Amino acid sequence: MRVVFPFSAIVGQDDMKLALLLAAVDRTLGGVMVFGDRGSGKTTAVRGLAALLPPLRVIAGCRFNCEPDTPCEACAGVCRHTGKTGEAPAPVVDLPLGATEDRVVGALDLERALTLGEKAFEPGLLARANRGFLYIDEVNLLEDHLVDLLLDVAQSGENVVEREGLSIRHPARFVLVGSGNPEEGELRPQLLDRFGLSVEVTTPDRLADRVEVVKRRDAFDRDPTAFVALWKARDAAVRRKIKAAQARIGEIVVPDAVLEQGSRLCMAVGADGLRGELTLLRASRALAALEGRDAVTDADLRKIAPMALRHRLRRGPLDEQASTARIDRALDELKAA
Amino acid sequence: MKDAATVWAEAMLAAALLAVDPRLGGAVVRAGPGPVRDAWVSGFRALLAEETPWRRLPPGIGDERLLGGLDLGAALGSGRKVLQRGLLAEADGGVVIAPMAERLAAGTASRLAGALDTGIIALERDGMAEQLGARFVLVALDEGADEDERVAGALAEHLAFAIDLDGVGHRDALPISATVADVAEARAALTRVAAPDQTMVEAICAAAEAFGIGSIRAPLLALRVAAALAALEGRDEIEAEDLSTAAGLVLAPRATRVPDVTAEAEPVSHPDDAPAEEPEAPEHEADATPPENELDTAENDDVAATLDDVVLDAVRAALPDGLDALWMDQGRAARSAAMSSGRSGARRASPDRGRRIASRPGLPKQASGLDVVETLKAAAPWQKVRGALLGLERGPMRIRRDDFRIRRFEQRSESTVIFVVDASGSAALQRLAETKGAVELLLAEAYVKRTQVALIAFRGTAAELLLPPTRSLTRARRSLAELAGGGATPLAAALEAAAVLGVAERAKGRTPVLVIMTDGRGNIALDGAAFRTRAETDALNAARRIRGTGMAVALIDISPRPRGDGQKLAEAMGARFAALPYVEAGRVRDVVRSLEGVG
Repeated sequence: MRVVFPFSAIVGQDDMKLALLLAAVDRTLGGVMVFGDRGSGKTTAVRGLAALLPPLRVIAGCRFNCEPDTPCEACAGVCRHTGKTGEAPAPVVDLPLGATEDRVVGALDLERALTLGEKAFEPGLLARANRGFLYIDEVNLLEDHLVDLLLDVAQSGENVVEREGLSIRHPARFVLVGSGNPEEGELRPQLLDRFGLSVEVTTPDRLADRVEVVKRRDAFDRDPTAFVALWKARDAAVRRKIKAAQARIGEIVVPDAVLEQGSRLCMAVGADGLRGELTLLRASRALAALEGRDAVTDADLRKIAPMALRHRLRRGPLDEQASTARIDRALDELKAA
Repeated sequence: MKDAATVWAEAMLAAALLAVDPRLGGAVVRAGPGPVRDAWVSGFRALLAEETPWRRLPPGIGDERLLGGLDLGAALGSGRKVLQRGLLAEADGGVVIAPMAERLAAGTASRLAGALDTGIIALERDGMAEQLGARFVLVALDEGADEDERVAGALAEHLAFAIDLDGVGHRDALPISATVADVAEARAALTRVAAPDQTMVEAICAAAEAFGIGSIRAPLLALRVAAALAALEGRDEIEAEDLSTAAGLVLAPRATRVPDVTAEAEPVSHPDDAPAEEPEAPEHEADATPPENELDTAENDDVAATLDDVVLDAVRAALPDGLDALWMDQGRAARSAAMSSGRSGARRASPDRGRRIASRPGLPKQASGLDVVETLKAAAPWQKVRGALLGLERGPMRIRRDDFRIRRFEQRSESTVIFVVDASGSAALQRLAETKGAVELLLAEAYVKRTQVALIAFRGTAAELLLPPTRSLTRARRSLAELAGGGATPLAAALEAAAVLGVAERAKGRTPVLVIMTDGRGNIALDGAAFRTRAETDALNAARRIRGTGMAVALIDISPRPRGDGQKLAEAMGARFAALPYVEAGRVRDVVRSLEGVG
């Protein structure tokens, strides 16, 4: 495996890092969309996260990363299970530009078909990403029908393949992480709404931060292994934090008052649909878990609201006013009321 | 202004640096085809070992050749999946030359940028899943005729150098003395070059900031160039001179503003809330240690200040031409860089071009329409059965009519709505606000329907392309906000500009739709003179030229009391005419919609 830049060595970019951690804690949040300038470290953060996700317990050799003792129905024709269980790194799968649909959803195994005349399924990227993350750099450059398909699978958690005489369904529960640069064409609003969280990243504008970014990057490029070793302890701490949060998230209490506050906020800013409200609560719960607390507070809502609601505001697309500012104002008004 | 000999010497220095450290990404070489460009390319090649891969990248290249895929011949022969490497994987460890790089399709540019970023190609195509090494130096030959044609910004940003050979004559293009052996020596030396110290990193970052360079890649590349310069000299420490040369080479072409000459170089502020990020126990004193301690830097403050100045001066000295010219130039370059993704020549409304989408069953009309891989996949499951029917165990593949899969390409009959907005005084200021409203509404629709929008505004003495064709709301929003009103009415110039843009869009396979919002009363002639009669004649002539192109046009008369000038003009250009004394966004939209069907 390639040596990747350590997650904890990323300077600033707190919103993006937090959103990714929340998604790692509660994988049902519905994915993260990262908007930002070129070279602002979007890809670096996702790769870094991959390196510190807690490993999964799987059936050894399963191509769908199935949990021990519960193989999916598609396993039968595809995997050779020995009955052993094992640990596998949580998958963070890249969807590269130029990927063809057959590789994304899976397709007929051409080799077996040609040599043996057998109709067998060759799992694609969606199978590989099961129980992990699927990362798409430059979502806006991906063909529309592929984006539709991905969002659909991400939401249903199941990949249904009906092609070339195959009829297969297999679990594909993954966190979709997309990134894109709004200057190079935007995502259709219908799609944007389907991401759970959205964050914006910019290159740091404080000179001292920029110096630090350049220094760390340069040090990493010179000797990746040594650099990673230097940050190993920090990364391990983050990994422990994710693991602990995953374990305790079921016990986090959401007081009724906080629930109400969340609903009021969504109404006040005019966020469409229930999805926003649900994401807001789940992400707040994940935040409380991450910080080792037992209950969600108003402060959690406040911190999460921009990333959970920003991309769901009903607005003229040319609305000058930043969505974040609108959310902040609504929060202040609610507090005063 | 640098003389030609200096420009050439720097260009060749850049070539040598690329040969020493391929991680510098490459260079944008702006020059028309000709002996000077050839001399640079062959000069660069002469610095590389003979076996170094060297590939030319055709601008219209498809993913199969670029990234790789299934080697069909081998697969059919052996019955196994055989990988066919793409051009980028073939170029691993070598050089990719991209002629006409300004015309690279947006997707191709992104794939190149991705490979430059990671050094690998992740192939997920035609049933193949592979990771292939693809570390290469990219030489983007930019042959753009004007400022609007530039290499895509997302790609250029990965390349350390931008070389402009336009002013260099054949006689200036002398060969350089460096050899393959020198390069090999420098490569070995590069591994020994010590990391740049804090003051150096600060000086480069401060200079990048002062010249308005937002990307963090620029200072990183500048530092790497400095290290390669030291290596070329056989030194194992970066010196101030390396730093200023590197800053001149890497930062100057990226400058978007010029710092105030009288102002002090901005002092480096230290993070007061700093070492939150510090690793728990950085016992060993490594360069990689996060935030340097304050004491160390405080001692070096004087040195730092001078180094900052030296680097700033170096960039300033390397700036192209005058400062004003730079401002103009870069402003335009930045704008066009962002749009150049739309300038692909490959997007024609031809059945064989455009973006591939999933294949579907059907009969190919010509051989090129057949998707061989998909056809084979469709036929494969049936081979046993079909063989048994014929009583054969083995034999060639039996493919039937209903196995055929044809390639489909995304229909690109999209339209580009070109707004030509009268922002002059005669069109009254409140008109402008209403017009902006209408444009915004249409933009919002374009956003969903994925049509493109361009905006030409005219006032004073000239028409200006405020917004090159785009789908980006961010940019549209910005340019609309910038639109000011008042002044004379150079209608003729605006119509000319609109016609030119429309024709250019059509050449790209898009359907131009012109929406002209004016009162039809031009008072500035084409040559900029303020003669009403000549202005009117010029405007009518331009209108007839638009008619000649056969483009779909609507003229919306926005004067409070229409006096027939608009109607006359509309007739001359064969435009649909609507008098809307109050520009209602909804009605403008209806006019445009009715046109899109026509185009």
